[in-house]
Amino acid sequence: MLLPTALYSRLAGAPGAAEPLPVERNPAAGAAPFLFTPRLVRFPRDHEFFEDGDVQRHLYLQDMLTQVSETPEKSMVPEFTCQVAGCCQVFAALEDYQHHYHMSHGNTCSLCSRAFPSGHLLDVHILEWHDSLFQILAQRQDMYQCLVEGCPEKFRTSQDRKDHMVRLHLYPADFRFDKPKTNRGPAMPAAADPPARALKDDSDAMEICSEPAAPPPCRRTYSHSCLPGAIFHSCLDIGL
Amino acid sequence: MWSRRQGRLSTLACGVEELRCRRREREAALRKARREQQLVSKRLLREDAPEEAGGQSAAVLLGEAEVQQFLRLAQRGTDEKEREKALVSLRRGLQHPETQQTFIRLEGSMRTLVGLLTSNRALLQLEAARCLHELSHSEQSAVAEACLPATSYLLTYLSGHSSEFIELCLYTLGNLIVGESEAVRKQLLPQGIVPALVACIQSPHVAVLEALGYALSQLLQSKEAPEKIIPSLLDSSLLQHMLRLMQPGPKLNLGVAVEFAWCLHYIICSQVNNAMLLSHGALPTLAMLLLDMAGAAQRMDDAGLELQLACPVFRCLSNLLTEVPVEAMGEQMELRDERIVAALFILLQFFLQKQPTLLSEGLWLLNNLTANSPTLCTSLLSLDLIEPLLQLLPLSNVISVLVLTVLCNIVEKGPAYCQRLWPGTLLSCLLNTLVLSDIEVVGQSLELLQLLFLYQPEAAQAFLQQSGLQALERHQEETQLRDRILALQQTAIHG
Repeated sequence: MLLPTALYSRLAGAPGAAEPLPVERNPAAGAAPFLFTPRLVRFPRDHEFFEDGDVQRHLYLQDMLTQVSETPEKSMVPEFTCQVAGCCQVFAALEDYQHHYHMSHGNTCSLCSRAFPSGHLLDVHILEWHDSLFQILAQRQDMYQCLVEGCPEKFRTSQDRKDHMVRLHLYPADFRFDKPKTNRGPAMPAAADPPARALKDDSDAMEICSEPAAPPPCRRTYSHSCLPGAIFHSCLDIGL
Repeated sequence: MWSRRQGRLSTLACGVEELRCRRREREAALRKARREQQLVSKRLLREDAPEEAGGQSAAVLLGEAEVQQFLRLAQRGTDEKEREKALVSLRRGLQHPETQQTFIRLEGSMRTLVGLLTSNRALLQLEAARCLHELSHSEQSAVAEACLPATSYLLTYLSGHSSEFIELCLYTLGNLIVGESEAVRKQLLPQGIVPALVACIQSPHVAVLEALGYALSQLLQSKEAPEKIIPSLLDSSLLQHMLRLMQPGPKLNLGVAVEFAWCLHYIICSQVNNAMLLSHGALPTLAMLLLDMAGAAQRMDDAGLELQLACPVFRCLSNLLTEVPVEAMGEQMELRDERIVAALFILLQFFLQKQPTLLSEGLWLLNNLTANSPTLCTSLLSLDLIEPLLQLLPLSNVISVLVLTVLCNIVEKGPAYCQRLWPGTLLSCLLNTLVLSDIEVVGQSLELLQLLFLYQPEAAQAFLQQSGLQALERHQEETQLRDRILALQQTAIHG
């Protein structure tokens, strides 16, 4: 298809509409036995007219998803340690460090050092755990907001909130980011203290804090009972 | 993401001819699936990995004991690296459908995996997410349903900041959404997938946005989408963000735009609230995108993605045009701007070389642009685009009908328009189409001839001189054409 050369410069030129030629229709136009009237055509999604385009789209998706499943190459670097105070994890790939930083230090409460997966959950945590005004208000009105973003509901107690999330939002009853607040101490990223791990039961994930880079001087202990005073939470708890 | 990973497509083992053959097979399978209304199936999204020697990570069949062992190691191993390795081994195993079955039948396995997914060990989290991603590829609805306990966490993590992790969560969600089992979608909506996507769409990371577009496009294709998903989507700010990400300019990312263009296509087809799309400026955005694409096609930039973008943009524009109230048509500047037809023709020429299957969709758009627009019909004439249009006639019956329809759009507007077509090659082209046997093509030619004779009497004369009557005669017996042929014969002879 040979296009007039002026077309390209027209595309690059200023916006502008042609002055339309005068329209002058004869009533005999399109009259029986003829049929034609100009009309816009709409095709529904599954129409066969769209077959070719849909097939091309799927070929593209197939290629794309094959690539997504491949393990990405990592930018390997000489080993280095996370510089956040108290965190001693070691990394040899930038992407790993980036992920670690975001997950473990990204949304961290400055008051108790717990880390959260999102700014939203961090905000709720600070409000519910560290804001004394919240505690006062909570005695008189519904203050516990639903954790699902976009849901405006608020509740009198955190249990009510949990019930709502389970019933309405189909969240698991043991949703990890909605654990009740207890009187345990702040979660501390491991410093000089020996790391301790509390495993409540076999099926819970390990709740560990960062460990020192140097070979740990003491053995790790697993326990099914709580070690008073020496328990370091999972950094991701949020609660009442 | 496309450009990031493009270089790693492993084509070393197959020759070019083998690849072409493979592609033809894939196309045939997809066509068949579409006709059976099965095109959204997960099975077709994930091709079976080719069994070449030295493939990147061959799927390994793991037995129950091995799965259990890897899970235990991952959960309670003493060394971080060992735990990671255990998950990697598990992931390789999970590429195999039988291992997936073994995994889901093992009590507590998903619970352990979710625990690892939500632990604070970043690398374990990533590997656990990859395991989940493998499971999400399964075509068995039982496997997808086994992943249900993870979805609230996948959604929670969408509001995080680790872009690679979010990307993985999104692709996993997208895979889980697709499929016959409605259970996943039934859970995701009340769990707040729409607000989660709204939060996520504000991410600056291109890879995240592309993954989001993919997940959203899968959600929008589900059969309950018009009823259950699109209304709440339109109530949120997601639409504005989508249109923002499709604005042409230096920040436009083609891979991202492709995904959202498809999302827009499904939304428009559902007809839930196209008036809202119009009021949010979808038409100007699409029109500007068209201009941008034509400019890029000229420069031959990144041909692959331009082609991928053109198809949904054509469809969106074309179908959305049908929703513009007739009175308002003339008010939309973008739809009168002659650059839009210039752009369309530049793109049509591009497709002619690269992807001829897209021509019909482009011509359909041209019909919708010109049908009720004296302005754009005039532009076609003043920009000398009739000749190029006629050059497309011989390509196929579908294309012939579309070209003839566009010509009818022009000619029916009266003598001022016909005069600009005369003399020219139009008549000889029509005489050629009359030789064809396809009824629709011939029928449309007859319509065009009637209009031409009406507004340009010399055309009838020339028609007679060029043995037009004989050309008409060959179709006289055809029921659908007979009356019109008779009428034309009368007009040609008697005026």
